[in-house]
Amino acid sequence: MTPAAPPIAASLAPGATVLEVRAVSKRFGAREVLKTLSLEIVAGEFLTLLGESGSGKTTLLRLIAGFEQPTAGEIWMHGARLDTLPPYKRGVNTVFQHYALFPHLNVSENVAYGLQAANTPKAEITMRVNDALAMVRMEEFAAAKPTRLSGGQQQRVALARALVNRPELLLLDEPLSALDANLRKEMQSELKSLQREVGITFLFVTHDQEEAMALSDRIALLRNGALEQVASPREIYTRPATAYAAQFIGQTNLLRADVRNGIADCGAFQFSCSRDNGAVIFSLRPEAISLDTDSLRLADSVRFSASIRQGIYSGATELLELQTTSNLVLRARIASRAQLSGSHDFVFSASDAVAVSE
Amino acid sequence: MNFIYSRTYKFLVALPPILWVSLFLLLPYLMMFLHSLWAVRDGVIVHRWNFDNYATLFKNPLYLQVLFRTARIAASVTLLSVLLGYPVAYFLSFHAGPRREILYQLVVVPLWVSYLVRGYAWKTILGSDGVLNGFLQYLHITHGPVSAILYSPFAVVLMLTHIYTPFVFLPIYASLEHIPRPLVEASQDLGASPRKTFFRVILPLSLPGLLARATFAFVLSLGDFLAPLLVGGPSGTMIANLVQSLFGAAYDWPLGAAISVFILVITVALLAVTQRVEKHWSFE
Repeated sequence: MTPAAPPIAASLAPGATVLEVRAVSKRFGAREVLKTLSLEIVAGEFLTLLGESGSGKTTLLRLIAGFEQPTAGEIWMHGARLDTLPPYKRGVNTVFQHYALFPHLNVSENVAYGLQAANTPKAEITMRVNDALAMVRMEEFAAAKPTRLSGGQQQRVALARALVNRPELLLLDEPLSALDANLRKEMQSELKSLQREVGITFLFVTHDQEEAMALSDRIALLRNGALEQVASPREIYTRPATAYAAQFIGQTNLLRADVRNGIADCGAFQFSCSRDNGAVIFSLRPEAISLDTDSLRLADSVRFSASIRQGIYSGATELLELQTTSNLVLRARIASRAQLSGSHDFVFSASDAVAVSE
Repeated sequence: MNFIYSRTYKFLVALPPILWVSLFLLLPYLMMFLHSLWAVRDGVIVHRWNFDNYATLFKNPLYLQVLFRTARIAASVTLLSVLLGYPVAYFLSFHAGPRREILYQLVVVPLWVSYLVRGYAWKTILGSDGVLNGFLQYLHITHGPVSAILYSPFAVVLMLTHIYTPFVFLPIYASLEHIPRPLVEASQDLGASPRKTFFRVILPLSLPGLLARATFAFVLSLGDFLAPLLVGGPSGTMIANLVQSLFGAAYDWPLGAAISVFILVITVALLAVTQRVEKHWSFE
């Protein structure tokens, strides 16, 4: 692989803010797609906008690219106003969902498009286009028309076409959603290593939480046009801020407890917590629950017995659907063993129950 | 096997169009071609095989002059209707916003008016005591009616352009609508200004449709007969009028047929060439 020329982004101090979304709202008629949203993107990071369809993630991307205008609020890039500029004057490039390669131009002409628009000298264009194609391993297709390429190849060309301009920020609008599952996994790891290699800040849009977890330095979880939580995948998984975040990223059990004097009461069991009195929701990941065996001794263990309603076997682990005597339904992911049925004792550590807001 | 897959069924389905095309297209063309190889002696068509009619067509300066004029008029009409139709289609497709529907109808409405009515309308506008002359005199640009406006090749071009511009507009509009908008966004995203985006993405992608429509306007204008008859006058006579007079008053069917065959060959050749070019350009 030929290393790409050093991108501009690399000259930025890591940790510096590249892009700042300041209290941006977007309305389409009566529909409010983004609700006073603020977000900072840090130089060199891989930030993912994660959300269901209609959460506003693509709209936010289009606002940054300049294809839509915010109804209120501002977008700044390196201390300069961005949202007042037309799309062709912004230092961002986009990888479109369906690649949007120009059908009348061949692969290298597609990649050269941005450099030509910027009146780059011919010799430099040739060099940079070759480098970019080498970076995505598409040199041998330089003269091919995009329609002759497979989805994965078109994807690579679209990446090269955007990266060759060395944007300060690369926007990726569900770029992997049109690929089949295997190719998708392959492209995910390619994308990740490519981002490390070029050091360009990536803003990635997806509805696939697994993809977001695998790729991102940080995830910005969107729900109905507002940010639910912005954090690293690990933090968002282990410390979800809201019940929605806990459910959307990974699987979870939401325990509705009544807290009295530091004791959370879920009906089937109680555990100590440091919350004020009142109703509290706790998120408890299925893998935090295990079968109560003598060998397992947890510091602040909570025990309960439940009957197994159903087991979903998935190789190394198995997901059990449990029902306690007080009719609380819980899911537990345990290491696979001989088929279980009937009533058993289960245990989890109270510290794994994370209080979340509604 | 099912009846609808049987040979008999396929034959029965294909029969009416085959009959229609044979009776009303192939047979008349054959007759026309045969006539072009015959001759007229003492006011009677004789079946004497010869190529004299084709030779006359190329030797007689009158026919060549009319032929060139016809081509010139058709080319002017094509150019003008594309120059008028393309910007309107582009504006409607990319910039009209909510007014698009109304503007579209405004362009299409003339198609609902009979060709003949529009021809006579141009007569009243361009005539000696017509609207245009009255207006020019009112503004004291001219003193007394200018008769050269009507009955000229210019009037023919004007009328045919008026008639074919909507025909050219419609498919261009359709082909512009067909351009995926993400391509336009991608171009701007890569730093191309709207002008660059037009010349490097929109125009190239609309060229196949544009070419097909330009050919359409050219071929139809080439064979037009009414416009020169209504507003052309002697100086605006086109090849179709010549053919008409040869089949009518002049009673020289063989020569008329030879001219028709010649025009037909030009038309078919042109359509074949543009179809190939279009296929070559197509990006689907």
